[in-house]
Amino acid sequence: MDLRTLTISQVREGLQAHRFSATELTREALDFAESQNPSTSAYLHFSPERALATAARVDEKIARGEDPGPLAGVPVAVKDVIVTKGVRTTCGSKLLANYVPPYDATAIARLEEAGGVILGKTNCDEFAMGSSNENSAFGPVRNPLAHDRVPGGSSGGSAAAVAQGTATLALGSDTGGSIRQPASFCGVVGVTPTYGRVSRYGLTAFASSLDHIGPLARTVRDAATLLQVIAGRDPMDATSAEATVPDYTESLDGKVKGLKLGLPREYLKDLASETGTLIAAGAETLRRLGCEVREISLPTTDYAIGCYYIIATAEASSNLARFDGVRYTSRSQASGTLSDMYRHTRGEGFGAECKRRIMLGTYVLSAGYYDAYYLKAQKVRSLIARDFARAFSEVDAIVAPVSPFPAFKLGEKIDDPLAMYLSDIYTITGSLAGIPCMSVPCGMTAEGLPVGMQILAKHFDEPTMFRLADAYERARTN
Amino acid sequence: MKITEEEVRYVADLANLELTDAEVHKFRADLDEILGHVERLNEIETAGIEPMTQVLYEGGATDTWRDDCERPCLGTDVALANAPQPGAGYFKVPKVIER
Repeated sequence: MDLRTLTISQVREGLQAHRFSATELTREALDFAESQNPSTSAYLHFSPERALATAARVDEKIARGEDPGPLAGVPVAVKDVIVTKGVRTTCGSKLLANYVPPYDATAIARLEEAGGVILGKTNCDEFAMGSSNENSAFGPVRNPLAHDRVPGGSSGGSAAAVAQGTATLALGSDTGGSIRQPASFCGVVGVTPTYGRVSRYGLTAFASSLDHIGPLARTVRDAATLLQVIAGRDPMDATSAEATVPDYTESLDGKVKGLKLGLPREYLKDLASETGTLIAAGAETLRRLGCEVREISLPTTDYAIGCYYIIATAEASSNLARFDGVRYTSRSQASGTLSDMYRHTRGEGFGAECKRRIMLGTYVLSAGYYDAYYLKAQKVRSLIARDFARAFSEVDAIVAPVSPFPAFKLGEKIDDPLAMYLSDIYTITGSLAGIPCMSVPCGMTAEGLPVGMQILAKHFDEPTMFRLADAYERARTN
Repeated sequence: MKITEEEVRYVADLANLELTDAEVHKFRADLDEILGHVERLNEIETAGIEPMTQVLYEGGATDTWRDDCERPCLGTDVALANAPQPGAGYFKVPKVIER
């Protein structure tokens, strides 16, 4: 058994054949993860007690002849913005360095109910704000495929853990590309489901109308299996969708012949040559599999970054107001009034990127600017959603790049926030529309850096998205 | 220039953020550049377009209301466990009212 290439079905077979127990596998996975972690810092901390307790429950179920669940014994890493009862959840922030949540996120409860074993919590940009994982208060993550490069962000630790083999699966969160872009940079599969498909209960809120929890995995099948477990209505999240969750693995049947795919011309015009060549080759592979590929237009694309950075920061400025030194964060030692205490706690506790976004969000919501910025952005968001609705009247899915370039060097872009924001262009549009989108590996650059291809589908049409990604994955790797 | 240092200080005050002079200087330049990009939204006609206030909600206004019934809550000890300064079953903060 090689932990670096382990899949869910291999774990299931191993447990069924009694080649190993869930406890043995968990011990080995923890040892491996702890020994490998210094090279990437993908994990912030491990949760061995909780992992071994889950593994023991799986072993007991197997001994009693019960079904141990679809993720039984599978090692999972969880982004440290998703709360875990009794296990420190820092959100990559100094403010929450010692925060131990009193409850589990719904996705966490479902994951463990299905037998998934949480090894630990992964590094990320502070409060999930960033595209490089360099905004973590606990230091950056290194890309496991090139240690001088970023793993992408904000779910950089989750993507790096899956790529490095220190977890079989991971949970990430995505607001404007934070699952898909690190998946692309690390050469793994990353899925942002339809908005509301997975409960946000227990996901530390960044921008509530854009936040998603989603899976990262080494294969499309494993990602689909994890989504199956965590998806579905949750009374604790009023925006979680009522729609029935279909059997995603049933859609992995290779039947892509005749599907119509759109290539947005606005995405391809400025694309760096190597990434562009790989995406074109990916589309060609799908055409060879029997898909009909045509050019489409998403005319509002140029305005997506502006729209996103107004809406996301406005929501963030409101959501992050709760971190004030009273209930769960550390408190500044500076003396003074209550108001001074708030100001100093937040001034000392938040990193530069969070402050920048709180400032921008507060500005666009402030008196006199609301209509000009926030309301305008919400209207532009409607137009972006309409672009997609129009496109999906012509095609079944859209094929696109994830990022304009592969993983960049640590420190290369950190001093230019606008350039960093602009690099989110291909992932942000789908986030604004609330549609399911995913990144699937589509090859390497000459330097050996992975590139991901994005597949986007209609609301709740994860089956078509997975069908295409799975067929493509098999065609590319065989 | 879209935003002045004075406005940056005013916004920081609204957001309860203590900023150093160096941060005020840096954020003024950053926000100026970002707002410059964001201004481009004015190029696009949005007359008669409804703002997208809900992502995917087509039900009635009360469809997600739950029954108003009692549910167990965290309890004082658990709720206070992460507080920087708990005391006597409360979250303590610096004095607000002078006697």
